[in-house]
Amino acid sequence: MIAARRQFLKTGLAGSLLLGCAGWLNAAGARPLSDAEREMLGALTNALLDGALPTDLAARRRLIAVTIDGIAVEIAGLSLASQKEIGELFGLLVLAPGRRFLAGVSKPWREAAAGDVLEFLQAWRSSRLSLLQSAYAALHDLTFGAWYARPDTWEAIGYPGPPRGYF
Amino acid sequence: MQDPIKAGLAAGWKHIDASLLARDLSVEADVVIVGSGAGGGVTADILSDAGLHVVLVEEGPLRSSSDFRMREADAYPELYQESASRKTADKAINILQGRCVGGSTTVNWTSSFRTPPEVFDYWQRQFGLRQLSVESMSSWFAVMEHKLRVRAWDTPPNANNKVLAAGAEKLGIPIGAIKRNVKGCWNLGYCGMGCPTNAKQSMLLTTIPAALQRGASLITRLRAERLRFAGSRVTALDGVALQADGLHPSGRRVHLRARHFVIAGGAIGSPALLLRSGVPDPQRLLGKRTFLHPVLISSALMPERVDAYAGAPQSIYTDHFLHQAPIDGPLGFKLETPPLHPVLYATTLQGFGETHVKLMREFTNVNVLLALLRDGFHPESRGGQVRLGSDGLPVLDYPLGDVIWEAARRALLAMAEIQFAAGARWVTPVHETAPGYSSWAEARTGIAELPLKPLLCRVVSAHVMGGCGMADTPQRGVVDHRGRHFWLGNLSV
Repeated sequence: MIAARRQFLKTGLAGSLLLGCAGWLNAAGARPLSDAEREMLGALTNALLDGALPTDLAARRRLIAVTIDGIAVEIAGLSLASQKEIGELFGLLVLAPGRRFLAGVSKPWREAAAGDVLEFLQAWRSSRLSLLQSAYAALHDLTFGAWYARPDTWEAIGYPGPPRGYF
Repeated sequence: MQDPIKAGLAAGWKHIDASLLARDLSVEADVVIVGSGAGGGVTADILSDAGLHVVLVEEGPLRSSSDFRMREADAYPELYQESASRKTADKAINILQGRCVGGSTTVNWTSSFRTPPEVFDYWQRQFGLRQLSVESMSSWFAVMEHKLRVRAWDTPPNANNKVLAAGAEKLGIPIGAIKRNVKGCWNLGYCGMGCPTNAKQSMLLTTIPAALQRGASLITRLRAERLRFAGSRVTALDGVALQADGLHPSGRRVHLRARHFVIAGGAIGSPALLLRSGVPDPQRLLGKRTFLHPVLISSALMPERVDAYAGAPQSIYTDHFLHQAPIDGPLGFKLETPPLHPVLYATTLQGFGETHVKLMREFTNVNVLLALLRDGFHPESRGGQVRLGSDGLPVLDYPLGDVIWEAARRALLAMAEIQFAAGARWVTPVHETAPGYSSWAEARTGIAELPLKPLLCRVVSAHVMGGCGMADTPQRGVVDHRGRHFWLGNLSV
């Protein structure tokens, strides 16, 4: 699978064709996240926020859902051009060929092994294709932005929050 | 806490929120100013004082102290371009730029510097701008410093700035104290989210209220779409009203006519408006020479609490590394510190999962140094190029070439050495493959070998400059030394 992914990453042309196709599917622009996108983001935030998320499964699932809601809010605040790019990226990742060949994750996102997701994130992070590198950076920034924007995440890092009571 | 903007509006200041317009609008004025930041605010103040009827056009919203709640989740989408995640075309540089009434002056960290003498010398030599010098500009700086209360900050620096001071002192590097434009500052540390106590003397609290008090009009949530011109004169500006989200056009339009037009939409927005309008540009200079002061970041864990979110964000700096070579030699850099808040720090910091969490758990002990590279002087540092995207909005191409990375490496080394000298127990450049180092010896070896490339090494910017270059002739500039456009008589930048 890794070999297949490397092979695919080398073929930048195929990548951009697939991106174009995904973009066409999402030509409508800003919209609520689909169930497929939420499943994909669930797998990614589960890996990105590992260590910050609670180990208790029910609590973990609930906070992942809250984080995905936060990501949707963040996306809605980006320029329309960036929203379109994010839409293309998500559209690509939820398609089985995109997930399988570009991300190297064989199973559907909700069943994906944590190790496969980790490997995918690392591969894009250190990819020689700047398109994939910047896609990783976008997923990183959206996820950590959504997580640490919430006051209930601040206690774990010792941040007391803004001063209160004077205003 | 009184909100002087809300009080002014209640007393009858003229403000139109274009997102609320029920029908198209036509406006007539002596002068139309596009942008309400440092350029537009000062222009509105001076021209309204001269008795002219001024209309200020701003794409962002009007927000003021009672709206500033010191929360990143509100402040970034409300007050910044693209929710504080504006990027260069290749996504390798993240740009912090204001988009609200007062522009970046509403959200900056209050550090106030005059243009350095060697920069004037360079502009005189390279662009024939002999009218601009330390002497000729000093009275202008003095007037603005008085108006904006720019003065020495007497409160001791916060712990984050103390790290820079202590490390530099250990190494014999001279430091300076940063002057700030504040009045009765509470030393809270939330300047970047809009000042909640009205201490920061931004355009929002100084020049713009002065202009509004004299009868100027302010139109917010209005995107300046296109200048109309006939012969060598601009006749009108077409504006597109935005919805309350600040992104989608509402469908309403505003048509503005005036005797003179001033474009002050920042170094990305201004050239984009002129490009969209198709104003004469025979030398193809529009949008070129757009500079960013590209910033490198070094993060350290200190043995004691730093609480870098608290206290004046920037009070100490050093220009030691700006003066190691001639201005057009290898790029020099200024060192400063940033304020750290959870979203800004967590999104900037590399990595994920357990490694990221481990560093975030030590958030209160983190010191960060910034190195601002002085771009635009070395012959190979030609800055960026603003062009138009398919939606007509600006895109900035900014290639990060060898001269930038050579300076970046020196900067990362200098910052790590200072942080270890100040007692850091661990330092990492913000870089995807930097493992972090526990001693200066380790850092020196590690940083020397670090691959420095776009998207691997984090580069950010909060200084967007240029885009409509100034010069003595139209062969090498878009405007003259007074900002007058070379081809359209009643247009200034």
